[in-house]
Amino acid sequence: MEVIDLAWWKLGLAALLVLALAGTGYLARLGITRGLLIAAIRTVIQLALIGLVLEALFASSAIYWIALMAVVMLLVAGREVVARQGRRLQGWWAFGIGTGAMFVSSFTVTILALTVVIGPEPWYAPQYAIPLLGMMLGNTMTGVSLALDRLNESVWRQRAVIENRLMLGQTWQQAMEDIRRDAMRSGMMPSINAMAAAGIVSLPGMMTGQILAGSPPAVAVKYQILVMLIITVGTGFGAVMAVSWGGRRLFDERERLRLDRLVKS
Amino acid sequence: MLENLSVGTLSNVSLTVSAGQVVCLSGPSGSGKSRLLRAVADLEPHGGRVSLGDTAQLDVPAHQWRSRVVMVPADSQWWFDEVGGHFPDDAKARLPSALGFPPEVMGWSVSRLSSGERQRLALWRALSLRPESLLLDEPTANLDNDSTEAIETWLLDEIRSRRIAVLWVAHDPGQIHRVADAHYRILANTLERVHGSD
Repeated sequence: MEVIDLAWWKLGLAALLVLALAGTGYLARLGITRGLLIAAIRTVIQLALIGLVLEALFASSAIYWIALMAVVMLLVAGREVVARQGRRLQGWWAFGIGTGAMFVSSFTVTILALTVVIGPEPWYAPQYAIPLLGMMLGNTMTGVSLALDRLNESVWRQRAVIENRLMLGQTWQQAMEDIRRDAMRSGMMPSINAMAAAGIVSLPGMMTGQILAGSPPAVAVKYQILVMLIITVGTGFGAVMAVSWGGRRLFDERERLRLDRLVKS
Repeated sequence: MLENLSVGTLSNVSLTVSAGQVVCLSGPSGSGKSRLLRAVADLEPHGGRVSLGDTAQLDVPAHQWRSRVVMVPADSQWWFDEVGGHFPDDAKARLPSALGFPPEVMGWSVSRLSSGERQRLALWRALSLRPESLLLDEPTANLDNDSTEAIETWLLDEIRSRRIAVLWVAHDPGQIHRVADAHYRILANTLERVHGSD
């Protein structure tokens, strides 16, 4: 089956619909027009550029270009994690913990999936590596930022309880038990919900794309299952690391709660 | 017990509390009484040395220090729904009658307790850890006169029989007179021993 290429002017038709929505919003004073237009323009520009970058990357297939691309993706995701936290650790800690957790979990899981499960030749073939890493990072980013946001906010609100538990001789891990559990739950919630709804409520985007591009649904489904499983694993381990490192940093070497290390962003 | 301790605006605080003795601290609000207790419990960064018998504060992990030197804050916190969840099993069974609770209190939900009831239970929660030293931050602030005296008597009994060293922050001169073996007042940035209080 031949894939139908989309002409640029046909995308213009879709853009006209966005303009219609923006116009409606403006006339009805719904306050969405500005945000909508800026986001739409960003999507077009960012994706058009990434299209060019990917074409070049696929053509060269050199491992150092792929590694550079991966690092850029990771750093942008790290910045996004910091931006999404209401209260965050002071200095480079917020960025470091978020980025570190994402790096360890998504890179490990992606490389594992590439080498052991999918097995393209070479293992870093950009057609597989970059989209897979992108999906991993995007989801891990959401998980890690939700978990860290919840962790910092709960510790801030429940400082009296935590300190009272410390006064009774509990270790910092015991004093934080409930909060850690809450933070993990909010980090994992999107992945768990996505897995529960997959195929019944929603047809996941990657599978839809693959089917549109002409893959047999049976193959697309197998890839989608793989992706959802590894996304959940990556998000889960990322959240575990972020919560344990972030929790550790909120206490000092004498197990004192150090809220002075949190700043409101 | 404390040697040249400094925390916040307080500096060079030195005092000794013997086992089974109560030392009262008083001073205007904001003078750093609670911070002093927090420093002794190692909940706040501080200068100087604190020791319990031969053990220096920094020689043991912080949570072990705090299970031997237990602080009871002015405003106690409860994190489980039921009262009983906060107590070890043997402490549930041996609820002292001086506290004035029926045995069913362990099954009550925390939200129905008054602030005075929480305060009395917080004292028992701390004592049931068998501490060697207690840091009490206005332990009777929410109690009426009758139960204040009953609690004082019970606490003193426990302190004497278990030989606990106690730092007790208090406002009321009458209470200080009743419980203190020694009394220090915070003046400007340092401690001053008050004579003739006992």
